[in-house]
Amino acid sequence: MEEMLREYLPILVFLAIAIGLGIVLILAAVLIAVRNPDPEKVSAYECGFNAFDDARMKFDVRFYLVSILFIIFDLEIAFLFPWAVAFKDVSMLGFWSMMVFLGVLTIGFAYEWKKGALEWE
Amino acid sequence: MISADLNIILPEILLSVFAMAALVGAVYTGKDKVAPALLWATAALFLALAFWIGVTGEGTQVAFNGMFVNDGFARFAKVVILVSAAAVLLMSEGYMARRGLLRFEYPLLVTLAVVGMMMMVSAGDLMALYMGLELQSLSLYVVASLRRDSAKSTEAGLKYFVLGALSSGLLLYGASLTYGYAGTTLFSGIIQTATEGSMPVGLLIGLVMLISGLAFKVSAVPFHMWTPDVYEGSPTPVTAFFATAPKVAAMALFARVMFDAFGNATADWGQVIALLSVLSMFLGSIAAIGQRDIKRLMAYSSIAHMGYALMGLAAGTELGVQAMLIYMAIYVTMNVGTFAFILSMERDGQPVTDIESLGMYSTKEPGKALAMLVLLFSLAGVPPLVGFFGKFYVLRAAYEGGLAWLAVAGVVASVIGAFYYLRIVFYMYFGEDREDALDGGKSPVLWGFLMVSAVIMVVGVVNLFGIEGAAQAAAATLVN
Repeated sequence: MEEMLREYLPILVFLAIAIGLGIVLILAAVLIAVRNPDPEKVSAYECGFNAFDDARMKFDVRFYLVSILFIIFDLEIAFLFPWAVAFKDVSMLGFWSMMVFLGVLTIGFAYEWKKGALEWE
Repeated sequence: MISADLNIILPEILLSVFAMAALVGAVYTGKDKVAPALLWATAALFLALAFWIGVTGEGTQVAFNGMFVNDGFARFAKVVILVSAAAVLLMSEGYMARRGLLRFEYPLLVTLAVVGMMMMVSAGDLMALYMGLELQSLSLYVVASLRRDSAKSTEAGLKYFVLGALSSGLLLYGASLTYGYAGTTLFSGIIQTATEGSMPVGLLIGLVMLISGLAFKVSAVPFHMWTPDVYEGSPTPVTAFFATAPKVAAMALFARVMFDAFGNATADWGQVIALLSVLSMFLGSIAAIGQRDIKRLMAYSSIAHMGYALMGLAAGTELGVQAMLIYMAIYVTMNVGTFAFILSMERDGQPVTDIESLGMYSTKEPGKALAMLVLLFSLAGVPPLVGFFGKFYVLRAAYEGGLAWLAVAGVVASVIGAFYYLRIVFYMYFGEDREDALDGGKSPVLWGFLMVSAVIMVVGVVNLFGIEGAAQAAAATLVN
């Protein structure tokens, strides 16, 4: 029991540093930062011209759809990468597991394509 | 080796391949035009698989180094899940078609949810548990917001998703603590750590967090807050689905985790579950009294029923698991019939959920009113209907498991709960005949499900259709 807990000591130290540093930085911003706001500073930043309106506006839901589709294939790469690096050591079972995974993803891709999720209008 | 493993999970593979093939097939051909055919095919496949799983498969088979367990307990739960999902699909066709909701994704999402549930009840490992649970939940989030142009339906989906993600987080944290202290994610490994000497504190915290996550999925108090809103906002057939198959799967998974992973520490988890049980029974019974919307009322009713099912589990004995399985099977049968009635509640083609609109329904539709009366009496647990035997089994299990106080609380809650079921009966037989009363409702499918369910509630008292023996055999494989 004692021994097992000792194995986790680095994590505890890491946690203490992470939390401590976070608190120090937040407190530093509260305590020692110079605060001198004016309208230019607090308005939303637009490149080269004055802000037209509030930054909190409605976004087209299609942006959301595109980003979700992106994340799926991004994650696919995250799974593929370690598999590709360890390709020599992966057994036939590992190879075919990944092929099945890619096949399932392709089915989803074919569906979303035919369904029209990739067309903007 | 691997082919033997794949052979054991053949039903799950078949269903997944069917879902994927149908998805691509439908989107490249008629799209929503093929939806009715797809719905019937899905229901037929469910029934065929239920029959196959029910008659084959002897003993306990383990696949993938213990991650997947196919034993009598899993098979019992799978048959109940598949049959109830098929029944709900068949009931929903008319309702969905009339409101333009019969998209071809609907039966396929239900199929994927069912695959997830079958994984859940067979899980032998924390990772397999989580995979099944998420596959089920993600499909359910989507079907909850199937009616995209309705604010209530999208709210239901979003609320379910956010709170579901929270509970998944709790469950995962519990799983990680359990893994940290047991050194393995296999249930068979966890039980060794849990039983040698006194349980480490970390493992205990992990256990309680796992219970919290699972309690959310079965909507036990105090993790029930999503239930009424999601039940009210979802399209009614989806509500019927929520109230049946996922509850069975989550309850079976609950039992599986408790007995397979923490089996001999009954005293540790038994008291937590007893608390969940007593809170669910009372909140479900009391909060439903103020409800006028029958879908919200059924949500509180399901919370109360989950409390009774948990009572069987809290006993921590083989008899308790048997009682829980019998209770869930009876609960699902009653709910299928009740929701067949709710689906047929219409006025000028629009669904109505206000219980006062049932005023003097008995004069217009005496047969349906009588069937509903039988179902409501059974839900309330009035003898000599089948619902009473469900309650009787769990109360006996709790009493013999040394939880007499829980059994007494269950009886008191049952008496309180009877009030709101009887009030619906009152409206149907003695209420005011209002001008905006309901139409008859002409669907023969719904009529059939309602009548069959009501007849089962009466005829089943003879021997519960032999379910007792099957449940006992299933419980025996889980509790050693």
